[in-house]
Order: sequence, then C-alpha cells, then structure tokens
Amino acid sequence: VFPWFGLDIGGTLVKLVYFEPKDITAEEEEEEVENLKSIRKYLTSNVAYGSTGIRDVHLELKDLTLCGRKGNLHFIRFPTHDMPAFIQMGSEKHFSSLHTTLCATGGGAYKFEQDFRTMGDLQLCKLDELDCLIKGVLYIDSVGFNGHSECYYFENPTDAERCQKLPFNLENPYPLLLVNIGSGVSILAVYSKENYKRVTGTSLGGGTFFGLCCLLTGCSTFEEALEMASRGDSTKVDKLVRDIYGGDYERFALPGWAVASSFGNMMSKEKRESVSKEDLAKATLITITNNIGSIARMCALNENINRVVFVGNFLRINTISMRLLAYALDYWSKGQLKALFLEHEGYFGAVGALLELLDSA
Amino acid sequence: GGSLTKLAYYSTVQHKVARVRSFDHSGKDIENEPLYEISVQEEITARLHFIKFENTYIETCLDFIKDHLVNTETKVIKATGGGAYKFKDLIEKKLGLKVDKEDVMTCLIKGCNFVLRNIPHEVFAYQKDSDTEFRFQSNHPNIFPYLLVNIGSGVSIVKVETEDKFEWIGGSSIGGGTFWGLGALLTKTKKFDELLQLAAKGQHTNVDMLVKDVYGGAYQTLGLSGNLIASSFGKSTTADKEFSKEDMAKSLLHMISNDIGQLACLYAKLHNLDKIYFGGFFIRGHPVTMRTITYSINFFSKGEVQALFLRHEGYLGAIGAFLKGAEQDNPNQYSWGENYAGSSGLMSTSPDVYPMQRTRSGTFDMLEMDRLERPLVNLPLLKDPSTYIPDTVDLTDDAMARKYWLTCFEEALDGVAKRAAASQPDSVDAPERAEKFRQKYWNKLQTLRQQPFAYGTLTVRSLLDTREHCLNEFNFPDPYSKVKQKENGIALKCFQSVIESLDSLGWEERQFALVKGLLAGNVFDWGAKAVSDVLESEPQFGFEEAKSKLQERPWLEDSYSQWLERLKEGPPHKCALIFADNSGIDIILGVFPFVRELLSRGTEVILACNSGPALNDVTYSESLIVTERIAAMDPIIQSALRDEKLLLVQTGSSSPCLDLSRLDKGLAVLVRERKTDLVIIEGMGRAIHTNYYAALKCESLKLAVIKNSWLADRLGGKIFSVIFKYEVPCQ
Repeated sequence: VFPWFGLDIGGTLVKLVYFEPKDITAEEEEEEVENLKSIRKYLTSNVAYGSTGIRDVHLELKDLTLCGRKGNLHFIRFPTHDMPAFIQMGSEKHFSSLHTTLCATGGGAYKFEQDFRTMGDLQLCKLDELDCLIKGVLYIDSVGFNGHSECYYFENPTDAERCQKLPFNLENPYPLLLVNIGSGVSILAVYSKENYKRVTGTSLGGGTFFGLCCLLTGCSTFEEALEMASRGDSTKVDKLVRDIYGGDYERFALPGWAVASSFGNMMSKEKRESVSKEDLAKATLITITNNIGSIARMCALNENINRVVFVGNFLRINTISMRLLAYALDYWSKGQLKALFLEHEGYFGAVGALLELLDSA
Repeated sequence: GGSLTKLAYYSTVQHKVARVRSFDHSGKDIENEPLYEISVQEEITARLHFIKFENTYIETCLDFIKDHLVNTETKVIKATGGGAYKFKDLIEKKLGLKVDKEDVMTCLIKGCNFVLRNIPHEVFAYQKDSDTEFRFQSNHPNIFPYLLVNIGSGVSIVKVETEDKFEWIGGSSIGGGTFWGLGALLTKTKKFDELLQLAAKGQHTNVDMLVKDVYGGAYQTLGLSGNLIASSFGKSTTADKEFSKEDMAKSLLHMISNDIGQLACLYAKLHNLDKIYFGGFFIRGHPVTMRTITYSINFFSKGEVQALFLRHEGYLGAIGAFLKGAEQDNPNQYSWGENYAGSSGLMSTSPDVYPMQRTRSGTFDMLEMDRLERPLVNLPLLKDPSTYIPDTVDLTDDAMARKYWLTCFEEALDGVAKRAAASQPDSVDAPERAEKFRQKYWNKLQTLRQQPFAYGTLTVRSLLDTREHCLNEFNFPDPYSKVKQKENGIALKCFQSVIESLDSLGWEERQFALVKGLLAGNVFDWGAKAVSDVLESEPQFGFEEAKSKLQERPWLEDSYSQWLERLKEGPPHKCALIFADNSGIDIILGVFPFVRELLSRGTEVILACNSGPALNDVTYSESLIVTERIAAMDPIIQSALRDEKLLLVQTGSSSPCLDLSRLDKGLAVLVRERKTDLVIIEGMGRAIHTNYYAALKCESLKLAVIKNSWLADRLGGKIFSVIFKYEVPCQ
C-alpha cells in the first residue's frame, strides 16, 4: 500500500525519503484516494516545502525498482525543530486515513512518537538507527547513483593540485568502518550485513561546528557557516607546530604545518582582535574535522580495518572537510587508510527505514 | 613555562649530625664513665631544590642565583620550555652562563621517571565525589611502561618504555590552548584560571545537546544514559539565543576533557597500556580538570584504564633539565628522599584550595629532596612488592583516626620542643631554634588538618617523619642522644644477670621468658606519651617493672603457641633478620638475649638498626658499640661476631617506622646471600603503625606492646596489650 516513506529524525535535521511510483496503471490511478494523490503531487511538484523543507533534487534516484514497482526515490530534509509543523501538515492532509505504516528511525522517532499519535493520529514504527543506517548504505551503493558510482574517494589527497574525486567500487565492502557525522558522531565497525558493532562516538560533530560558529560569528545557517569558513584562514587562529618550533619538530617527526593547538593563537589578546569571523569559522571547521579524522583513524587501527566510509549531513556541500579527512587519514596512516564518501551523505538512515517498511510488508 | 618558572638546583647543605665514638677504656676505671662519647659534627649533604614561581620574579631569582652560585666551574644552565627561548638573553646576561636549551619532552620524561622512582606516593587517582579526593598509589617496583599525556596548549601522547626509550605516539590539537583560546573568544574572559572558575559554576546542559534532547523521554528503553552528550554546543545552533559565560565555559571544558580522554584511551588500547599519567598546564593543580579527565577515562575505557596524576607534575620539566645537566654525576645512581620540612604540600598554591593564597604569598611552591647516602631497594622477602603498603591505617581515609593522631602530635609538641632545647644545653640559640621547630611543625600539622593529602597518604609514619625532618632542619639531629647513652649504660650493667637468670631456666620456660623480655624491653619508648610520662617521673622504672605492666596471656594477638611449636618441632632457621627498635633495655636486655638464643640454635642473625637517629631508637653506630661491649661479656655473641654469624647492618632509614620497600641495598644483598628465612619486626612504629599486614615470603614475627590507649582501644585491647603475631606464608 502506498505511500512509501522512510523517516530519520535526527538531533538537527529530519531526513525523509519518498518513493514515487511511476508505473501506476490507469486502474490504480482511478482507485487512488484523493489524499494520497495530493500528497504525491505536493511532494513531487515542489522542491521546497514551507520555509525550511528542501528536496535535494540532484540526489533523486530515477527508475528504481522496489518491491516489483518502478519509480523515483526523492530525498527531502527539514530542521527537527519544524517537526511539529510537519506533523500538523500530515494531520491536515489526513495522512492517517491512508492506513499506512510510517517507519521512522533516529532519536526523534522516540521523542515525537507521542506527538505523532496525539496530533497526527499516526502510529510510528520505530526502527533501530544503526540497523537502518547500514541497510541504507548497502542498498544505495548496490543500486548506484543513476548509472554512476555512489561511492567515491579523493586521489592524491595530499596534493592540492592533483587531487581529484574518483569513483570507488564498494562491491566487497567488508570490513569497513562507518563514520556517521550528524550533530554528533557514531563510529561503527561493519563485518557483514548483520554483523556490526558501534565502536565509539564523539560529541564533537556537525552540531558542534555549527553551534560554535553561531556563537563565534553570529551566523544562522549551516550553509552560511560553511560559506564563511571557505573564505577564512585558520592558521591565524590555530597555533601550528612551526609557530612553536620555528619549523618541523624533528624530535617527533611532526611537520611544521600541523596544528599544535586549535585556537591556540586566541590565547593572545592582540591576535583575538586581529582575526576575522571567516577565520574563526574556518578554524572551527578544521578543528572538528581533524578531530573526527583522528578518532576514526585510531578506531580503524584498533579494529584493524583500513577502509573508512564517512557519511552524514555534516559532509553536505562540505568539500573542505571531505578533502581534509581524505588527506589526514592518508598522511597520518602513511597511506594505510583510505577515506571513502557516499553521494547520499545523510539519507541512509531514512532509506533504511523505507526498506524496513517494505521488508515488513 | 608560559607563566611560571620552575627552577631546579643542587646545593650542599651543612647541618649538624650526632656521632658516637667509643672511648678508649684501656686501664681506666670504667665504672663511672659514660659508655661512649657523643659529639655533634658538621656534615655536608646533598640536596635538590625545586622552586616554582611566577615569571615576574625571574630577575629577582636570577640575582639570587648569582649570589649563591658557589661552583665557579658551572658554565652552562640547562633550560627547557617555551620560556627558555624568551628568557635566554636575560639569563645569559645576568649570570654570565651559557643557556643550553633542552628538548621539552625529553626533560619531561626524565623528570617523570625520576619522581616515579624516588617519591613515595607521587602518583594519585582523583575522585571528586569520594570521601578521599586523592587516592595515592604505592610505588610500583617497575614503573614502565606507561603513557604520559601532556596537556599543554596542545596534547602530546608519549609512550615510555624504559629510562631512555620513549616514543611520541600521537597527539591532538584540542588541548589547553583550545580551552583557553576558544574560551576567551566565547566568554571574553582572559585568564585561564578564571575560565576554569566560570566552568566550575556552569551548566553544560544548557548548551550541549544531550541524548535525552534527541530521544525525548524514551531513552531509557535504549539502555543509554540520557545525560550523555550527543553533540557539544548542539543547542547553540541558533543566532537568537544568549548563553551564559559559565554554561559555555562548562560545555567547552567537557568537550575538551572528553575528547582528550577518548583519544588517550584509544592510544592506551592500541598499545596495550593501562596506566596513563596526565600532566601539563591544563591539569596542574586544578581539581576541575582532574575531575573531568578522570570521568572521561572511566567512561571511555569502561574502567579498564586509570587516569593518574602526579604530585610534582609541575616540576617534571625542570627536574629533567637538571638531570640532563647533571649527567656526569648521574643523580639516578642515588636514592633520594622527599624532605617534608622543606616542601610545600600538594596544591599549596592552588586558587581552588586556597582562594586567598595568591594575594597572601604569591604563587610560590617548593620541593626539596635529600640525597640519601646509600641506595634504597625492596626487601627481597616481600611477598608482592607491587601491592605492599607499609602503613596500617590511612589517615587520609580514616577521619576519626586522623583527628586523634593530629591532636596527639599537637599535644606532644611542646614536650618534644622542650627536650630538643634541653638536649643542647651548651648552645645559646637552642631555645630559639626549638621554638622555630615548634612553629614549623605546628604549621605542618595545621596544613594537614586542612589538607590531609598534602604530602601523599597521611599516616602516623608520615607525621613522625615530618617531625624528624623539622627537627633536623633546625639542627636538632638527635635530641635523645644523651638519654640513649645513659640508658645503654644502665642496661649493659644488667646484661649478665639477665643472661644468668635466663640460663637457669628450662628450655620451654626460657623461650617464654625471652619473648617476655623482648616485649618488656619494648615498653621503653620515648615516642609513646604514656611511657615518656612514666620515664620522666620515675627514673628508677626498670626492666622488672616493665614486665609487670605487660598484659597476661592470652595476648591481644597471640600466636605464641604456634611459635613455640615451631621452635620445638622444626629445624633451626637458617638466618633471622631482626629490625630493632629502642636503645637501652629494649636492645640490650630484650633483643640481645633473644639473638643469643637464636645463635645457640645455629641460626645466623642479621641485626638491622636505623642509619640515622629517630626518637630513642637505636642507631646503627650505637648498635656497633653496644654489641662490642656485649661481646666482651658474652662468648656466644663474641664468637658469632668473629665468625660472621651475627651481622650488624643499617636500614637506610631515619624513621621510627619501617618501609620495607625502601631499605639499604647492603641489607638486601645480605638477606639474599644468607638465605634469610625469618624476619622479626619489633615495636609499635615498625610492627603496628607499619607492616602489621605486610605479607612476607618467609616466616615472620611481629611483636609490640601497645603504649597508646586510643590505639589499644581501637584494636580491642587496653594499654600495654601485647601483639605477638607469628606468621607462616601459605604455600
């Protein structure tokens, strides 16, 4: 029974995937209730919903076959704080009359369960976050990205001139370390479809970058924060190895360009007064990214895994962080570790939730 | 350093020591002569000083050095740390010495190894929410390998495997500089200490996104703690809300501490290490950061790794630089002892502990270490040196006992000062020095009332040792020398009659009489207030009176029957090691007859006495004279001495208590050579305050008379109760 949705309600963003059937027969069209039709039309004919909902059109997967049906998969996101408005809309569109199950994952599946029931007259099917994530990653990678590779890496990450994005074949994915960077970070070691474990996590994630940027620069959106960062110079804010030792620290083979102390220059009043907001945004981005890189690298070493896949919405439109992660993993592991990325960054949990829905049916 | 200068220097200290010397008695009437001659001589000992002060005093300090630099051969001053570059010119100009810059990390590790090896209770774990915030660790015989995590402006993680082998295995740029720099930007608060104070007052939950913020109220079902931080600063992702400085500082502190703890655990796991020492300005004397780091390590390692801190962490770099400069006479070949008289306590300048200290006396902190004449090692007979704890009661832990003993030492103080002054009747300034001593020790006791953790675990032993150090500091090397001299003389006169009466007894009766004599001798203890009162008022109080004071059997702790059985049934012991206690009746009429019996059984005896004076305890040099005199009267002792069946050694200690993990190396060698299979420990200080629970690899006897009613009460007995503990190691 349509509609097919998968929902991932995170700490900051709600990710929604919607399967739009394209093989609807005339007969079906006839039978399709008005409510369902209006939902389909509303979602597929718009690219923005309300003031904050966005459909990532460039990610749309076309001509997908799911459960014997052909159609397109749409990727929609909006901030978690607009969740009540979303439920309200579902209620206005009489979603509950469709007698469908709504599969949801992420912490918000628990947090908003009550609201769905009372405001939307909807029973949520709550799903495990990590199960969904892995399921989603494996599925999307297997179907590919409209004929292209879903997975990619950066060649020559240590060489700014020659660095380029190249497709990566993730046919035999195991074992892999999956690093999901949302508001916080979760790190999973995946040994097979069913066999995985959460290795660790850190609270220094996308939320930290954005939260600190808001405080330091007064920006109000993630996009704005990233844009500022792209124009800044973090070396004015951070204390580098060369700032302390005049060059490389040979005793420990530390290169002069390495950051010795994030925000270390900000201990000095004069330097605090001479940096720009852009510099601060860049330093925040570099600090958080490097730290995630370090923790991921240590986990990979401890788990003896050499492929590290980074996902999560922190990486959306964030080439600086992706290239830095690729670079840091390669440099500090002396080429032993490879950083991989996926085109659908933050949507895998929602995709997994959709797949669970279909499996249960 | 960035704000503090740490100076390490070596000095020779001239102080008075008491010496004893046998008279030449040939052809003289010795009846009315004292037994031996006591002289006070000047001795020069080596001492390491470490001073920590704010950089603003550096010029004053350089002037001080210039005035006191005695060794004109010194051409170089070793320096390390960021300031080594900053002050290089100033130092070279002022002192006319060349500044030799040493690698920061090398110095840090050299210093760390040095304190780990030489300072008991250097290491502690921090538990804010427990009764005892500071849990001091006993020194492990093998300090390697360990992880040193230095949190300066950034974080360095170093794996130390041996004295000279260490490796930088990783680091992080998120460190103290991040807290300070980012904290200054967020809160407009400039000073590191002030940022920490803000953090201590803040609520991070207003700024951080917690698991329960993401999951709502339903997190319980997931087995997660709702209070875990899901995203640091995750709630500040908005431009239109104000956050308090305190809350932001707290959130930042948690973020950084957790991150460092997590990385440290990942490195510890990868390298299979379970000991992590934390240092650097982020940690230094700040309960706030020690607490968050400890929390983080417990959380991320699930309790498998312990976060450890060092009492003298702030000095490591300076100690290391000093050791680099002193490589020629390799200070590592000596043993060193912390001098409690000349050292400030832990966190003596911490604004967290003493909010007023800063304005009162500035940040000024000291550590003094005396070079010991001989190296100290473990007693080879300790069952497990890594878990051996000398002290029976931890007064940092036991508030009731602490209160009692501190009061006890306070009450005895006037008497000790008086005796000290009286012991030097020819010295004009003795009363003045005695008063200074009294003041100094009184202040130490008051510090310890406020901060029992100031010098490591507080114990009766540390209280006694601190008193000895303070007495020495004011040139009272041996206030009991004359008392001991007199008592040794009197006891010697009784020796033969005691032996005669013992020899007239049957074997079994004699064994009991010997033990009783040993116990009665132990009553003569000037350290015990109940006894010193008696001895002051009744000069005629003697051996027989002491015997009558003893508790009748069954004793409070009584395994005499097993001991007797052992003597009766078992083969003679190969060699007995005896730790003697008091001078006079104790050693001469108690210990020596016992020694004589052992020798007669064919057991060799190593008699160990203190190297330096403490109370009326017999010293090694006194024991030499006493033994010589006994040998002159007694053929058994004489031939045993001649045949090296009776050996006199020194313990390496000047304490009324006994630390079996710090004993003279010569003693340890002899114990091993002679295949010692029996250890006898005598007296309250050595067998009750310390070593009551010490487990040995061989048979042992612990004997004492409890001469303190509080302690007797605690152990369930009365004053003059007897402890006779015969222990056989389980196979």
